[in-house]
Amino acid sequence: MEKKKKRLVIRTIILAVLVLAIGYTVYGTATKDKVELIAVGSKAPDFTLVDLNGEKHKLSDYKGQGVFLNFWATFCGPCEREMPAINRQYQVFKDQGVQTLSVNLAQTDFEVQNFVDRHELTFPVVIDKTKSVSTTYNVGNLPATLVIDPDGKVAKIITGELEEGKIASYMELVKPK
Amino acid sequence: MENIICACGHSNPYGTKLCEKCGRPLTEEGKQTKVVDMRYDGMAIRSKTYNTTIVDKIWNFFSNVKVGIALIIITLVAASIGTILPQAIYVNVPEPSKAEYYEKVYGLLGKLYNNLGLSNLYSTWWFQILVGMLAISIIVASLDRGLPLHKSLKNQRVKRHESFMKRQRIVAEGQVPNPEETLDKVEQKMTDLKYRVRRDGSALLAERGRFARYGPYINHVGLIIFLAGVMLRLVPGFYVDETIWIREGETRAIPGMDGYFIKNNKFILETHDNKPQDEQSNQGVNAMAKNYQTDITLYKQPDGALPGDTDNLKKLRDYSIRVNHPLKENSFALYQMNYRLNELRQMNFKLVNKANEEESLGQIEIDLTNPKKEYDLGNGSSVQILVYTPDFSGFKDGEPQTQTSIPNNPAFIFKMTTPETPKGEVSFVEIRKPPFEPLGENKYRMKFTGVETRNSSNFTIRKDSTIPMLFVGGIIFMIGVVIGSYWNHRRLWLQVEPDGRVLMAAHVNKNMFSMKKDLDTVTTFAGLPPYEDQLDASEDVKKSTKEKEGDNNL
Repeated sequence: MEKKKKRLVIRTIILAVLVLAIGYTVYGTATKDKVELIAVGSKAPDFTLVDLNGEKHKLSDYKGQGVFLNFWATFCGPCEREMPAINRQYQVFKDQGVQTLSVNLAQTDFEVQNFVDRHELTFPVVIDKTKSVSTTYNVGNLPATLVIDPDGKVAKIITGELEEGKIASYMELVKPK
Repeated sequence: MENIICACGHSNPYGTKLCEKCGRPLTEEGKQTKVVDMRYDGMAIRSKTYNTTIVDKIWNFFSNVKVGIALIIITLVAASIGTILPQAIYVNVPEPSKAEYYEKVYGLLGKLYNNLGLSNLYSTWWFQILVGMLAISIIVASLDRGLPLHKSLKNQRVKRHESFMKRQRIVAEGQVPNPEETLDKVEQKMTDLKYRVRRDGSALLAERGRFARYGPYINHVGLIIFLAGVMLRLVPGFYVDETIWIREGETRAIPGMDGYFIKNNKFILETHDNKPQDEQSNQGVNAMAKNYQTDITLYKQPDGALPGDTDNLKKLRDYSIRVNHPLKENSFALYQMNYRLNELRQMNFKLVNKANEEESLGQIEIDLTNPKKEYDLGNGSSVQILVYTPDFSGFKDGEPQTQTSIPNNPAFIFKMTTPETPKGEVSFVEIRKPPFEPLGENKYRMKFTGVETRNSSNFTIRKDSTIPMLFVGGIIFMIGVVIGSYWNHRRLWLQVEPDGRVLMAAHVNKNMFSMKKDLDTVTTFAGLPPYEDQLDASEDVKKSTKEKEGDNNL
């Protein structure tokens, strides 16, 4: 009886390990193209970038506050469409401890400045000249938005255009208690 | 499940075919055949012994050799279907138009092939599950057969029962005058023939090349290591395959290599100075590349620096990436994959009066990587750029739009101010098109005078830490194949009773010829009775050898 039990346990373990390995392979291959280096709940990698006024912005400086981190480019239609809404919500939430930081993907100062002026954006806009930060965050399609809580953890990752109601609810989500 | 008690008193596990101790056949079938089946040395195949729980049932399914063979065949067929048309990753068109490509080039078959997902066959879930099931089958079947076989070979008795010996293929019976001397002589000769000889009273066992029985199992271990290596590619950090485009003068973070930056200093394409001839002109090849090189500088961030912080980049080295000379750094390699020539980098315009275009108020040079808001021409004239779109795609709500950030089709809205037109004139200028003047006829215009271009290089960044593992797996696999194919396990059992009665039997898992050669030598030397090949003599030679083909070297 003892022997039989031992055999069953060993067989179950071997089969379970093999099935897990196959499952991992299938899952890994299926998600390979859209692998998220940053997972919800993990710590948002710190970075530092320079804005249009030459001022440095470091993500960890916002610790204790929620951060609405938006990756965009001027040639991306959905990015442009959601910008005014983000700007309005920034005005609502900036004094409640939720900051907005928008990262442009390696475009020229001229284009970015022009865009900012045209849409009268009031939040800081930094340019990822070497695409270092977007590589770290594995940003593929634009716009990409990460909502980061006051502890510096990623609360939400959204790719694609956001409507104003959603933007407000995500900012609400990471408002310091 | 009850154990089987042999006539010799030994208790064998259920499913055993030949008694573990004395070798008597235990099954009815075994008792009736002339030559016993020596597969796995008569041990119980584990899976065949128990079949109670669901785990046992799954286990037994995978342990079945027929299931294993079926899996191999299905996998082979599936894998070969993937070679009928090229796989999507090797089709050199942009991702969205791949479906179109299959239909255009291969017609209906191509469309069907792509729609069924066969163009990505090797990364489909069902193909991977198939390979995974094959792996399970290999592991389970090897455990089930290999372990009992090992146990049996390790615990071999020297003295075997008559019924075991008489059912071997090679048998000899007879009389010798000097029992002790005969045993000594056989021992001496077999030792000379590099057999390992053990004696137990009147019995003798000579054995050579036992490790040959392990060949198939070693081979399976190699295979499993290989498959595990392939699987490891999916684990972050083991395998990197990224691509990057870098224009001359640009510095970029290298994807997959945290903290490293690369600057493209210059791309060089040199062609052979040749006159196309024969086949070359037939195929429309008119330039042959002589050199294809990117001069780069590799930088690294200081330790602990954050992404995006490019203030204190440390220059590691300058390097020229050429064919067969990738940039190697820290187990990563950067290979040149592609290039793009003559992308716009700078555009030059002259501000001229339409009435007299010969006279210019000055020239502006617009660096497309960093356009300025205003260019002062010094003589009271200036040019302002109101809008710049690198890849103009049309107007939307009165605003010029750009579809990418690459200057494929640059367009500008200029505001020209001259002493004659102090309020400024606005003009929309698109490359190769007449200026568009939205606010009415202008006196002045921006006359295009020239461009400067730059090239870009495309690299792939590769790292594959699984290669040593694949290599080891492959080597072990080959070692297993060689052991199993070129060596054989030969055994000779001999019993010489004190009264001179001799009983001899021999077994080899393959290559009976080699065994017979050894037997001829030893029987002559020791004066043993002539042996008989029971399969040679009987009528069912062909039948029984055929039945045993394939598996009897296990």
